[in-house]
Order: sequence, then structure tokens, then C-alpha cells
Amino acid sequence: MANDQGIHTPQSRGGPIFNRRAFLKGSGTAVAATAMLQEQAQAQQQQAQVVSGWTDITLNVNGKDVTAKVEPRTTLLEVLRDKLNLTGCKDLQDVHVDGADTVMIDGKATYAGTVLALQARGKKIRTVESLRNGEQVDEVITGFVKHDGMQCGFCTPGFVMATRAFLDKKPQATLEEVRAGLGGNICRCGTYDGITKCALELARKGQGGA
Amino acid sequence: MAERKIAWKPREENTLFGKPIERTDGIEKASGFAKYSADWNTPGTLCAKLLTSPYAQARVKSIDVSAAEKVAGVRAVYVFPRREAGYVIEWEGDPLVAVAADTPGQAADGVSAIKIDYEMLDHFVDEVDLAAAVSRGKIKPARTQEEGDWGAELKKADTQLTGFYGISTITHMCLEPHGSHCEWKDGKLDAHLSTQAVSTTANQFAGAAEIGIPQTDVTVTCDYIGGGFGSKFAADEWGIAAAVLSKKAGAPVRLMLNRATELQIAGNRPSAFAEVTLGCDADGKITTWDSHHWGSNGTAGATINQVPYVIAPKNRRVRTTGIVTNCGAARAWRAPNHPQACALTDTAIDDLAHEMEMDSYEMFLKNLDLTWKPELYAAEMEIAAKLMDWKGKWHPRGKGDAQGSVKHGVGMALHTWGGRAGNGNCTVVVHPDGMVESFAGTQDLGTGTRTCIAQILAETFGLPMSGVRVNIGSSKYPSSGPSGGSTTIGGVSGPHRRAALEALWKIFDLVAAKHKTDDATLAAVDQQIIANGKPVCSWKDACSLLGMAKLEVAGTGPKDDGLTSQQVGGVQMAHVAVDTETGIVRMVKYVAVQDIGTIVNRKLAESQVLGAMIMTIAGALTEERIMDNLTGRFINADLENYKLPRIGDIGELVVEFYEPDSEYNRGVVGLGEPPAISGIAAISNAVANAVGKRVPIVPLTPKRVLDTLRAT
Repeated sequence: MANDQGIHTPQSRGGPIFNRRAFLKGSGTAVAATAMLQEQAQAQQQQAQVVSGWTDITLNVNGKDVTAKVEPRTTLLEVLRDKLNLTGCKDLQDVHVDGADTVMIDGKATYAGTVLALQARGKKIRTVESLRNGEQVDEVITGFVKHDGMQCGFCTPGFVMATRAFLDKKPQATLEEVRAGLGGNICRCGTYDGITKCALELARKGQGGA
Repeated sequence: MAERKIAWKPREENTLFGKPIERTDGIEKASGFAKYSADWNTPGTLCAKLLTSPYAQARVKSIDVSAAEKVAGVRAVYVFPRREAGYVIEWEGDPLVAVAADTPGQAADGVSAIKIDYEMLDHFVDEVDLAAAVSRGKIKPARTQEEGDWGAELKKADTQLTGFYGISTITHMCLEPHGSHCEWKDGKLDAHLSTQAVSTTANQFAGAAEIGIPQTDVTVTCDYIGGGFGSKFAADEWGIAAAVLSKKAGAPVRLMLNRATELQIAGNRPSAFAEVTLGCDADGKITTWDSHHWGSNGTAGATINQVPYVIAPKNRRVRTTGIVTNCGAARAWRAPNHPQACALTDTAIDDLAHEMEMDSYEMFLKNLDLTWKPELYAAEMEIAAKLMDWKGKWHPRGKGDAQGSVKHGVGMALHTWGGRAGNGNCTVVVHPDGMVESFAGTQDLGTGTRTCIAQILAETFGLPMSGVRVNIGSSKYPSSGPSGGSTTIGGVSGPHRRAALEALWKIFDLVAAKHKTDDATLAAVDQQIIANGKPVCSWKDACSLLGMAKLEVAGTGPKDDGLTSQQVGGVQMAHVAVDTETGIVRMVKYVAVQDIGTIVNRKLAESQVLGAMIMTIAGALTEERIMDNLTGRFINADLENYKLPRIGDIGELVVEFYEPDSEYNRGVVGLGEPPAISGIAAISNAVANAVGKRVPIVPLTPKRVLDTLRAT
């Protein structure tokens, strides 16, 4: 589900809309239709398309069209990591409620492990690697470093993407909005304090406070 | 200056050492370019998945992997050693077979095709119910330690208190699961292993019965590790499996545990439960202690030690009973034994204070003479109390103002940890062009080891951070100890400082000879060599005197030369708000005051404490392993149901270092574990202060809080 900032938050407290694990385990033939969003799921079920076996698809990743051979069960996360070597999005080998696999799909922060590769066709996918081009580094990244919003660093790229997407939507966010808006990502080392300071500082810049 | 003595610079002369320097690898990590073990994607890399036991105790009747070997995409199948007919599984998640295939989906297909017949056996997974364990014969013989006449003192005591306390098992929950990427080249093994011990795991691969190659032919690399917390010291049998699968398939293999398996078998912090009786005199001085605690670390059937914790009454009896359970084995977890011992001790002391109608701060203060360093704790308590506004916030239990159903409370607790320097070796290299390089077989758990080494080298040679290159994370570098017990910072800072000073002195000799100055007057500052404050030559010119040959100096440690030290205290105070209708506990403010010895990097040191505090909030309020007695299964072994705090759940965090000159002058001490100890007891005490009753077992989930409030 998405909250009003457009950030996906897990449904751990409210109960799942459908059983994601059972769905993703389905192999061989699968209906390439479902999504985190209930309305999307309903909309897509009306135009359900039966796909099986291996399919060549084209995805638009970080502004470039790339091709990959996928099965219906192949997730976007798997394509990004294993086929495109974009390993900034991490795989926690779980049910993807943690946000370490956060990418942007059409500007919206999304867990790449909850999206099938087939569903990502025709959409603009951005990974964390797009926020750095040599010496040019997005201010969210430098902000994370400045406030030491990282320890082991495993959740960090996902948190960076969630923060980027959040600030794009809420450039003048308040502390309470930061706490709610970045609630879709988990850190085990305990770096929330630095991340909060980073997001707030950038939000203050967004108000012209610099 | 002059005298060539191994020491840190005087505190005020440092320009980098001790300062809040940003991580040198921060951009790499935050931008996703840092490569962790699972990120190794050499061409043809296969994905391996495990078949693990769904049962807590069972006998294998047969294993048939023939169908798995024929599944499309499957390249190799590995049956773990001893897993054959007759093998007895003793906990859920025990790995039985590993399958490597072209894609994760195909590996899963392979696993699904394996046929195993099990004979179910009885299991036991209850860690709390001691009577049940006794009746089932699942206990180890109790141990008793006694000092003084605790019984007589109990009879004499002015006030007595008896209580029950408990702390649940939690897992390490490393976000990067245990695992590796293994690849063979010309009969040699390259293992990118997620490990806290690059220098000691290579031999485990080489020596494994199924591998058996010279130790020279294995390289373990770990540039980045996604969390360890004490659980990643070994190659583990699934690491060996990855190496064997890779050899069988003739292709690189990545094998990372899935989340459920990670939580079931890759380590946990064992539970502890206790009945405690303690007594004090009319003044509140604790005179006697009598406790019986139990818990389980799995089939080994051991429990924790260190009870009573920090405050050690002179007359005491401590009884200990270990329970044998069919659960995955415990591993070292950030400050082994201490969080549990603290949670069983400082809660009981807080209850005794309540019984005496005393402010618990006063009770702790009165009993500091029972600690190893009373003046340290007194000073830290005073600082913490000011930061928390303890006097303004404390009230007798349950008697604070309520805002609707929400009640506030404060609590505190004390801790200690050793943190002495671990074994460490390094090579420091000065190149004739002035660049400095270092090599050490240590690893950066996220504490910032790489950055700290760079600071030490740059400070010593008078260089900017960009003038040094730090190389760690390979078993081919000079051997260093595993990163556990907060031994790494001391373990690396001593050897690197020693080697750097020795190298610097050799360069001073060359400069003194060339410029005909007294080498005793020389110093390296701002990329220059100076004498009595005046420039002699640039750092580059000085290094050019080396000629064609680079200068290499080896450093070792630990040594008793004052660079490193050990043993810290620490005080933590928590302020919570408890909704008595929902049972939800929210953190309002949390203060940590920590002595630390010589600080190497203030920013990273603060991060360690902040992280420890947040991890402590998790242990106090949300996270626990929940075992189902009926099925013997770990029923919340995923991130959806194993609750960790999120960014909005931590309240205001305040970190204060206790750092008079005496602390700077005593040397570097490890910091990872100490701040991860006393917060659990402090938060439990704060909840008791808020609601007027002790919630006996942490984590203090809404259910446990409501159960306590509703109990009559």
C-alpha cells in the first residue's frame, strides 16, 4: 500500500491483501497480473494475460532500454541484480517488507522484490546507481555520509532511494512527515538518527533555509 | 619533542585523530557501488538454495536427490555431510541438501524435487517453563555459586524483595544473510564470504574434509559485510557447501541463506529467566542476593553467566540451570551475557527501590561501592540525570500525571564491558612518491575500521586523508583477529600507529642526514617535515630520499605501551510513554553516557552508541524469537513478523561521552558492545515507573503490558 506520500509501507500490521509468498512461489505458468496496490491489481486482472516459459523483455532502467530473458516468476529485483549487475538494491532473502530493494518506478519508491519483471515493462525504473555519476553525487547520498546515516551499509542504498523519492514528493517535509514517510525501510545497525537528520536538513533546504 | 616514544599525540595537537571525520567509504556504500558478498556477479554465477529441516526433531529415513539433478537449470546438488538414513535432525532449519542452478527459481525447483522421508521425533522448545523442562528431563545439572552468608543476611535484611524477570531470545537479524560467493580458478578457491573474520576463515575452507586443499590456496575476501553482530565468525557448513557446489558445477556459486533459515540456524542471543530475592538494610544498601536463573542456548543446554551484574552484593547465591531445547544454536551476540544479566539484575534493584519507596537513582547511587569503579558510575549518573532531567521527571511508581490513558516514566541501568585490543598485524608502506598504504587482514563491520585506520596513518604522517590508502578485508593480508568483543578498534589502532611511527622515524633519519638537522627536532605536519616549527622539506621530498625502494614496516599488537586500554562503564536512562489502554510503549527520550578511552573518530563513535541504543529499543520493546511448543517451529522467522523498530519508533536519542583527559590518556578501548547492554533494563524500569507494575519479561509487547496491567 502507498501512504499519502506515495511511499510503500508494509502491511504487517493490517494484514496482507494477498499472499505474496504463495504468489511468487508459483512457477511454470503464472498470470502476470497483480501488484502491491489493490486498485492496480483489480485493474490488471481485467486484462489478464497468460504467459509461460521464458520471454525476452525490454525494461527502461536509468534512462536506457535494456533487454533480459525472464520467466513469469522473475522479479524486477532479480533482473536488476543478477542480469544487469545493479546490486545497489539488496536482497534480504525475505518477503520484501524491508525496503533494502527500494527503486523508483515512474518516480514512486517501490520494493523491487515485490514487482515481477514483466510488470515493469513500459515503466521508467531508476536505481540508486543513477544518483551518482562519477564525481557528481546526489545530495541525499552526501547527506547520508555527512550525518553518518549508515553503518554496515546494507540497507543504506534502499534508504537513500526512499529518501530521494520522499523528498521529491515532500521537499519541505517536517520531522513527523519524515518519520512516517521513511517508515517503509528497516535498518538493523540503528542508523535512523543520522537518516532523520539528513532528511530534515535537506527538507529545510527545500524551504529555502539552506 | 624528541624522545622516540610510542604514544598518541597530546590531545590538543591532533588534527584528524579523534575528530568527526566522514567515512572514507561512505559514498561507495550509500550509492550502492560497494560490493557485498552476494553482489559478486562473475560471469556464469549460479544461485544455490538449501533444503532445510521443517521439523524440530526427526530422523531421516531416506534422501533421494536424483529428481533434483534432472531439473532444468540445475547444475549441481550437494548433500550435507552425515545427512543420510539414520541422521537425527535436532532443530528446525538444519540444512540437508543444497542445489545450485542457473537462476533462483530453478534452484527452488530443484529443492522442490528432493524427496526426504522423515520419522518424526518428540521435541522440546520451551525456554520459559522450568518445571516443564524438569519433568521432560531437559535440564542440565544446576550449578550453584555462593559467597558470604547470604541466608543469614537475608534474615537480617530491613527490606526484602522477590521477583521474576525474563529476557527473550532474539536473533542477530543481519540484513545481509550469512553466505558467500565461491569461485575456483586453477584449483584455488576465492571465497567472498560475509564474515567478521577474514583471517581465520580461509583455513576452515581449506581444511574441510570435502575440500582438502593447502591453506595457501584459499583466499577469503570481505570488503563489506551487511551486519554480523557476533554471528559471522565461521565459514559455516553452508559456506563449504557453496565451495563444493562451485567445484562440482565448474562455475561460480552464490549461496546466501534465506531469511527463515538465517533466523533459525545462523545464531541467536539466548534467553534468560530468573527468580531473584534480594535484601537491603534500612539505608538502602544491598546486603544479600539469591537468584536462580535458567535459559537455553539450544541443544547444548547452557545458559548465561554474569549474574548479578555490575553491582555485586558481597553475600550471594547464584543458581544456574541450563535447558536443552531443539532450537538453533546461540552464537555470540553483541556483548554476550551482559544484556541478559543486566536485564535480570537492574530490574530487581529497581523493584527493591520501589519496595523501599526510594528513587531508584538513589538506590543505584547508594550501592555503587559494590561496582568495580564507583566514582566513574557516580560521575556518569550525574551527567545522565542532568541530560534526562531525572529529578524533574521521576515520580513514585505509577504516580505520574496521565494524559488520558498515557502515562510517563523514567528508568536507568548500568553496564560494563572489556573491549581490550585484539590480535592484530599490519604492514605500513611508504612509497617514494609520498603515498602511504597499509594492509591488514581485518574487516569493517560498519564501525568504520577503514576510516579509523586512515585517520591514524594520516595523523601520524601529517597527511590529508586522501594521502593514505587502507587495504583490509582479505585473508592474504597480515593476519588480524576476528571482529568480536569490541576488540577491533584497539586491535588495529595499536599496530598501525606503531608501524607508522617507526616508518616516520626512518624518514626523519634520512631527512636529518640530508638537511643536517637534529632528527630529534623533526615533526611531520601539513605535508611537511618541520624542525622547531620551521619547514625543512615537503613530505614528498622527504619520501624521495627513500630512492627507488618503498619503505615497509610491520606493526603488531596488542602491546602494553599505552596505545590501548580496556574496561569501560556506562549509564543509560530512558523516558517512555505507555498507553495503558493499548499497551503500546513509545520511546520519548533515551540518554546514554559512555566512557570510551581515547576516541579515534567522534562521528563514528557516536554512531556506534546511537546504533546500540536503537538495537536496545528493539530488544526492549519489539523483537523476540517466538517458538511454537506444539510444532517446535520458529513461527515469526521473517521480517514481517519479527518486529524491529522503524525510523519513527526511536524518540529522541542523546549520546554523551564521558571524556576527561584521564580518558584520552588511557588509550583506545572498544565501543561496539557496551552501549548495547543496559538500555533494556532502563526501558523496563521506565515502564514500571510509568504504569506502577513490573512487566516481567522483555520485550515489553503490548500484550505483555496489558497482561500485567490486568493481572490482579
